[in-house]
Amino acid sequence: MRGRALVLAPAWAWLLLFVAAPAGILVAIALAEPDSGLPPFRLAWSGAGFAPLVEDAYYLDALLAALRVAGMTAALCLLLAYPLAIGIARAAPGRRVLLLAALMLPFWTGFLLRVGAWIGLLRDQGWINGALQGLGLTAAPLPLLYTEGAMLAGMVHAYLPFAVLPLFAALLRLDPALIEAAEDLGARPFTAFLTVTLPLTAPAAAAGFLLVFIPAAGEFVIPELMGPPEAQLVGRVLWQEFFQNRDWPVAAALALALLVLLLAPLRLFQRLEARR
Amino acid sequence: MRRGRLLRAAMAAGFAFLWAPILLLVAYAFSGARIPFTWGGFSLRWFAALAANDRLVEAALLSLRVAAGAASLAVLIGGAAGWALARCGRFRGRALFGALIGAPLVLPEVVTGLSLLLLFVVLEGLTGWPQGRGATTVLLAHATLGAAFVAVVVQARLAEADRSLEEAAMDLGATPFTAFRTVTLPLIAPALAAGWLLAFTLSLDDLVIASFVSGPAGTTLPMVLFSMLRLGLTPEVNALGAVVVLGVGVVLALVALLLRPRRG
Repeated sequence: MRGRALVLAPAWAWLLLFVAAPAGILVAIALAEPDSGLPPFRLAWSGAGFAPLVEDAYYLDALLAALRVAGMTAALCLLLAYPLAIGIARAAPGRRVLLLAALMLPFWTGFLLRVGAWIGLLRDQGWINGALQGLGLTAAPLPLLYTEGAMLAGMVHAYLPFAVLPLFAALLRLDPALIEAAEDLGARPFTAFLTVTLPLTAPAAAAGFLLVFIPAAGEFVIPELMGPPEAQLVGRVLWQEFFQNRDWPVAAALALALLVLLLAPLRLFQRLEARR
Repeated sequence: MRRGRLLRAAMAAGFAFLWAPILLLVAYAFSGARIPFTWGGFSLRWFAALAANDRLVEAALLSLRVAAGAASLAVLIGGAAGWALARCGRFRGRALFGALIGAPLVLPEVVTGLSLLLLFVVLEGLTGWPQGRGATTVLLAHATLGAAFVAVVVQARLAEADRSLEEAAMDLGATPFTAFRTVTLPLIAPALAAGWLLAFTLSLDDLVIASFVSGPAGTTLPMVLFSMLRLGLTPEVNALGAVVVLGVGVVLALVALLLRPRRG
């Protein structure tokens, strides 16, 4: 029993200090008053951080825009993930390992380097515009970077494996005889997909959707580097409040608001995981 | 023969989407042109420029040190937490313990980063530690993030391992510590290694949390890259991409060789 306490005590201490305490401090500072000192807040029960969130539609819009973009990203990821997951699950075991590696390798090449690659493709002097002008298809560069499309491409590229992996795991457990039966009975492959595969993998698809949606809702880097200036998503707004405006109470209040909005998806995700 | 053609086309499109930007990034690392992603004849000049870029090289070395430290710490904490969750039954506060260890997995990075920074600021105000922020605070933040992933991997490994092995060792007279050292530890060693690697790459790749909790003395590689991308792309980014892709490929090939099932 003493050995157990010896393992548990440091783990508890770490978690209370580095996970529980920061959460409490976040709430305290969201309630604190902004101050010109260093650090720029004064503890008080003022609610100064929350007031702008209620009064100024800018912050509510930032939260809603982030949820919308995260939802679109997750939906697009699922759309791409289904054929990838089905293809990988149906491959022979040896090939399957190679395909999984091909799925994960881009993921391991570094998030910012991948964003850099997209910028290099999409910007005005970029590869795509160079190719289009070289072929004589366009006279002037098309505005590709700093658009909603560029932002979504970057987000989908960053989060796609999160959607593929749960689907792949569910498809491996799916009995192929079910699909064969549907096809023997005259269903076309696409009909078999819609009536057999899709309903049976729906929980995994929901888990994959949420695995993309939850981190994407707070995304800062891709909207900042690839999105249009008007895409003021909550991650970006929080960043500006903190680093540029030095309004720590508002930044903390925004973080809490984002957390509250993510509680329902988080609960749903935990339920899906518990059922597996 | 219609069967599978649509699937194969969609799959090819998915892989092309994933790979095209990376392959082009690497290919143009070998172009001599000043403007990235334009061809100016084969040249290695941007690799030389990369090696001569002190700011970038220094940040890369710092990132590697921070990642190694954070991953090692994460293995200790996450390993202990994963073991506790799998082997300590319903100890007091188990639900809270599980929620706390898993929280960094699901919290948005901006929330984790901001709340950890606030912790360090308040701690410094109360106790004088940590004095300012830099590599140490980044390491602690990344260890907390990594521990969450290590705990999941270790707990999963222990859940599928047979508990009676440890009990048998103790029935045969081993002390709990000896049983842990000779039975449990070898059992979870692969999970610890995988967890270390995961925590290491997470730390190397993180911009958001590091930006919040770092200070002037703790500029990591992603922070330098971020400012390079914001100010304008240079072919040095291509060269760095080529180096990283090559490095990751070599490491993956080595891991695959080591894990290859042996015949006989």
